[in-house]
Amino acid sequence: MKHIELSRRSFLKSSAAFSGGLMVGLSLTAGPAAAAGLVHTPNAWVHIADDNTITLISARAEMGQGVYTSMPMLLAEELNVDLRKVKVAFAPPGKAYGNALIFGLQLTGGSTSVREGWERQRLAGAQVREMLIAAAAERWKVDASTLRAEDGKVLGPKGRKATYGQLAADAAKLKAPEKVALKDPSQFRIVGKPTKRLDTPAKVNGTARFGIDVKLPGMVYASLEQCPVQGGTLKSFDAVKARAMPGVIDVVQIPDGVAVVAQSYWQAVQAREQLVVQWDEGPNANLTTAAMFEGTRAALSSGKPIPAKKAGDPDAVIAQATAQGSKVLRAEYLTQMLSHSPMEPMNYTADVRPDGARLVGPTQWPDALQGAIAKIVGLDPKTITVENTFLGGGFGRRIDFDYAIQAAQISKAVGKPVKLVWTREDDLQHDFYRPLAVHQLAAAVGADGKPSALTWRGASHSVTGRVFGLPAEAPDGLMSEAAVPLYDVPAARHELVKHDAGVRVGYWRAVSHNMNTFANESFIDELAASAGKDPVAYRLSLLENQPRMTNLLKTLAAKAGWDSPAATGRSRGVAIMEGYDTFIGAVLEISMKDGAPQVHRVTVVADPGRMVNPDTVEAQIQSSVIFGLSAALWGEVTIEKGRVQQFNFDSYRVMRNNEVPAIDITLIASTEKPGGIGEPATALMAPALANAVFAATGKRVRRTPIKPEAIAQA
Amino acid sequence: MSVNLTLNGRATTAQSDPETPLLWVIRDELGLTGTKFGCGAKLCGACTVHLDGEPIRSCSTPLKRANERSVSTIESLSKDNSHPLQKAWIAHDVPQCGYCQSGQLMSAAALLASNKNPSDAQIDDAMKGNLCRCGTYVRVRAAIKTAAAEMRRGKA
Repeated sequence: MKHIELSRRSFLKSSAAFSGGLMVGLSLTAGPAAAAGLVHTPNAWVHIADDNTITLISARAEMGQGVYTSMPMLLAEELNVDLRKVKVAFAPPGKAYGNALIFGLQLTGGSTSVREGWERQRLAGAQVREMLIAAAAERWKVDASTLRAEDGKVLGPKGRKATYGQLAADAAKLKAPEKVALKDPSQFRIVGKPTKRLDTPAKVNGTARFGIDVKLPGMVYASLEQCPVQGGTLKSFDAVKARAMPGVIDVVQIPDGVAVVAQSYWQAVQAREQLVVQWDEGPNANLTTAAMFEGTRAALSSGKPIPAKKAGDPDAVIAQATAQGSKVLRAEYLTQMLSHSPMEPMNYTADVRPDGARLVGPTQWPDALQGAIAKIVGLDPKTITVENTFLGGGFGRRIDFDYAIQAAQISKAVGKPVKLVWTREDDLQHDFYRPLAVHQLAAAVGADGKPSALTWRGASHSVTGRVFGLPAEAPDGLMSEAAVPLYDVPAARHELVKHDAGVRVGYWRAVSHNMNTFANESFIDELAASAGKDPVAYRLSLLENQPRMTNLLKTLAAKAGWDSPAATGRSRGVAIMEGYDTFIGAVLEISMKDGAPQVHRVTVVADPGRMVNPDTVEAQIQSSVIFGLSAALWGEVTIEKGRVQQFNFDSYRVMRNNEVPAIDITLIASTEKPGGIGEPATALMAPALANAVFAATGKRVRRTPIKPEAIAQA
Repeated sequence: MSVNLTLNGRATTAQSDPETPLLWVIRDELGLTGTKFGCGAKLCGACTVHLDGEPIRSCSTPLKRANERSVSTIESLSKDNSHPLQKAWIAHDVPQCGYCQSGQLMSAAALLASNKNPSDAQIDDAMKGNLCRCGTYVRVRAAIKTAAAEMRRGKA
């Protein structure tokens, strides 16, 4: 056992302080423990009912990444309860649930859940365990050191025992300890063991509650017509025909458009088609993807570069190399806009009344949603309850909560509980898209074929500027992810330029790792080819001071059979990255058919540090590979006349069952701190694919998606 | 005008307009929300149910087509997760976000009803209409094989 002491005192104090007021903030009546009798809350994460029902709270939203299981695993490890006997509930908005890796906001994203919860959730479990032991010690008048907690019971000398339920009321009255002992990882019985997900049973019989399944008494349905051009505003609308349609209750204007409210969803959608709406299309009326790329490219030279790294004087080295006629390699990479397109279209249910509101639905950011809606509908946040449901996919889309604001505005306007459901077309047309990006790289190449100097500049729209109002001159850490790879380059300058290309942008799985790694791992491949070196051997020659990445890459090469030739007609491409504190690499094996790459096999090796649920780690890599391949092969959101040209899964193609390659995953056992795993493999797919296409065809594709036209033009 | 159908084995009457897509009748009028809305255009399979045993996309099937016919939804597999497919889905921990899984399971159930030993190509063919953005496809395939094996054993 090791003692976590003063460095964690502030956490323990804050969670203890919170516990007193928890009953107020938590709508336990709606939770699974409601029927279990009186519920006691020693701290914000552990609720124990008199009948021994133990409910562990996940402060993070479950969108497929497995926190509904991994967060309780961490708590249960130290609480000493059987994971199969606990219930899990989603946290309401509350300061105790803030994410220390994201400024204390209650935000699920950035592959932070396990990294942030690793120690904190175990401490929370240990804290309650110690409180239960202290309660038993007091009751039995014995020294706490003679007691132990095991499988939901405190056990003492002479066969004394009490269940957690029997002790919870007393334990909850105690002052939370400021110092608790945590198990050494060698003693873990839950954490690090492949564990069945706790949400699977409900997800195979239709009982898992997603936002779209919410039903409130007296609820009506809404469908919202929004301007097809972003930034456009409503000029006028004629709802006479719509109002005459069956089931229509009202047609209301809100800032984002015109909502038809009806007795059923289908009636609302049908009536919406009868709306006649005039839009002022605003400044984006003639926007095109081509213009967006041109503007972003122009910003590379006209915008203000924000440094990510500066070492030596690479410009001088490159200038000298150019003057001397020695080798200088230059390349420009373009990455396309993308939509999140989770399977569950945006939806939310709101019941806004004069004295309070009930908000129910899927979000990655409940506390901000609560605060924003409070302001917009003119209520005190304390009068607003927020219940999170399962998210039918997030991928960053549900960090934004425009759809929840809309539901609240419509509910307020009609004075009824409203479920707003977007169509798939609404979802694709009104996403917050992954920004397009332009990167320009140049390297002077020495006689040994290695880069002696590198200049690197990327431009895209700052998502953090849009979401958080980050000042234009401030560095956006979510633009510069993996911008500086681990390769040893003596002189290097890496800079980011922010440029608003006109279309609203959002955090998309792996965020800027995607664009930066496409540039980095394509360019390193170009350098290797230019030096006549093997892509893996060349990378290794630049990683001599990076043992963890060297080990990763060597393991990857071995698993992928890199050193033996691929079968006839097959070619391989590699990409590696450090992201979210995870070291990860992939090899794609492809063939070409009718000018298009066919991906046959993906080999991934990951060193994510300590793992909570290795089975989920594997699942997240499978998931990221398929998500990333969809984007690399086909993904693009394009704009003409200010309008998104993709409407549904026929024009926005994503990978299907019959298109999935073999995926081999190796996880390197590690005692390093936990890394994030929900996202990073996504970013490897485009560069590994481009590198494989180069190996197959000799053509270097420097833009995504890597589709036949792009290959033909390369 | 009302439509009479058998829903998960029970005689049911639906009052919605007969042109209403079956999906919304099942979800909003009849209250079974396991069947999901994904695209509204037969492109994603999230809404897959069985009509007289055949898999259909309920988002694009009008209620009237179910008149005097039998409709089965995810809720019909079993409530206690005892169906071989549900057991296999749990054994392989297939779902991630879970939203598409009702449709995946109903497509798989239709496949296994007629073929207890499907090849990879037959699985591909039966499942290619069911999109999953979480990319659970690898496990879907493995779980179908596990369930098929159990069903073969059960028959023997």
